[in-house]
Amino acid sequence: MWLDFGRCPPCIKRCSMYNLEEYSAKVMEHYQNPRNVGEIVDPSGEGTVGNPACGDVMKLTIKVDNGRIVDAKFKTFGCGAAIATSSMVTEMVKGKTIEEALKITNKTVAEALDGLPKIKMHCSVLAEDALRAAIEDFRKKTAGQEKNAQNN
Amino acid sequence: MKIIYMDHNATTPLDAEILEAMMPYLTNKFGNPSSSTHAYGWEARRAVDEARSQVAELIGAHPEEIVFTSGATEADNLAIKGVAHAYRDRGNHIITSQIEHKAVLETCKFLEKEGFKVTYLPVDRYGMVDPEKVRGTITDRTILISIMFVNSEVGTIEPVEKIGEIAREKGVLFHSDAVQGAGKIETKVDKLKTDLLAISGHKMYGPKGIGALYLKKGVKIEPLLHGGGHERGLRAGTENVPGIVGLGKACQKAGRVMDEEAERLTKLRNRLYQGIMNRIKRVYLNGHPEKRLPGNLNLSFEFVEGESLILSVKNFAISSGSACTSSSLESSYVLLAMQVPEALSHCSLRICLGRSNTEEEVDYLIEELSKNVARLREMSPLYKEV
Repeated sequence: MWLDFGRCPPCIKRCSMYNLEEYSAKVMEHYQNPRNVGEIVDPSGEGTVGNPACGDVMKLTIKVDNGRIVDAKFKTFGCGAAIATSSMVTEMVKGKTIEEALKITNKTVAEALDGLPKIKMHCSVLAEDALRAAIEDFRKKTAGQEKNAQNN
Repeated sequence: MKIIYMDHNATTPLDAEILEAMMPYLTNKFGNPSSSTHAYGWEARRAVDEARSQVAELIGAHPEEIVFTSGATEADNLAIKGVAHAYRDRGNHIITSQIEHKAVLETCKFLEKEGFKVTYLPVDRYGMVDPEKVRGTITDRTILISIMFVNSEVGTIEPVEKIGEIAREKGVLFHSDAVQGAGKIETKVDKLKTDLLAISGHKMYGPKGIGALYLKKGVKIEPLLHGGGHERGLRAGTENVPGIVGLGKACQKAGRVMDEEAERLTKLRNRLYQGIMNRIKRVYLNGHPEKRLPGNLNLSFEFVEGESLILSVKNFAISSGSACTSSSLESSYVLLAMQVPEALSHCSLRICLGRSNTEEEVDYLIEELSKNVARLREMSPLYKEV
């Protein structure tokens, strides 16, 4: 079923030439063999961002153990760049502490993929937003526990 | 591996026969048709005249009603600006549709800046213009109606005949961009009742850079290009002789093979459509189920973004109405005008079969699509088994 996200806001009107040939080999490799596809059952945090009306939605689930992200999985509806950046961000966060993971930006994800066509940079924002949303969700869920831990 | 070409609404390969006919005019028959004093000029003039007859014959016009242009974009510009400027003392209102080619839409927008008023008619969910809406929009200031014959994205064949009838009845000039119809289905100006009609060489296995405008006898237009009086003063500039010869040959050959080819492509297209519908769930047809161009299929695969689907069937050259494949990052304005939900517009795929395509290729595409749609849906957060 379509989730009701409403209409695509007119946020991404740009004009420049672009064709699929501009995707780097690494983007294509991640698009063809995406890592960590799926959903973690009972995740520590999850984030869903994007809008089907805009053409991309990403759901990221993470498992956190001892302050470290031990697993990450994604599901993405979107173009080649959206899928490749989703795949890459799950690879990048694994093994990182929450603080380290928060340093990941859309630019570092794009760089790890040997760059994206300029017009596709906004697709990598999806990965960054999903990561932040999942971490925020994790923090919300654990806020009570953290306080408890501090009190002890 | 060779990539299988299935994007024949974008362009077609140059037919070997046509290239052969053009070759002498790219080599030793290089004369300028305006050179009236020697044989080089004469043979070039004869070639241009012959091509003019061939083009006229395909669309049922007189040779003197054909003006060669650099392509259909120029032909559309010449038709619309030409009529607007020649008849501006009679009125300033133009009627067109929201799903026209940009060559028509942008020309109309330009004329709005000059003070012309333009009505962009909406279309129904099949991409069809309602002739009665055209009638209802005509005022005593209306000087031109411009409605395309066949839509290039969704393949819908517009009720041009009925619109032409209304235009005649009301005494308004009628132009049709027939780029996608001419050479593929019967395109006769008397039957379609158009006063102007634009065609293009490279959409019918001819060369790029050549097109023509049909201009009914008695219709006045203001030229875009001024110069040495070529094309009866309507389009100055030394004729593109090899291109013109190629367009003529393309028209001639299209006239010969069109009926048979249209029947073959309709069958092939239906095989593709049925194959996809049998194998893949939640696929929606964009455009009209019957009144559509033989080789054209435009489908939305729910939950799968168009660009990612195209990347996954990389052995095929096809296109999408998804924003992600356009340089402007906006979904196809044609699909949006048809009220296709924005989310589904991103999931669209346009497949345009042509002379080279076979049943084996179509079956291979069905196989690849069903495999990859399943894979991408597994990956889609929007998809739930239904």
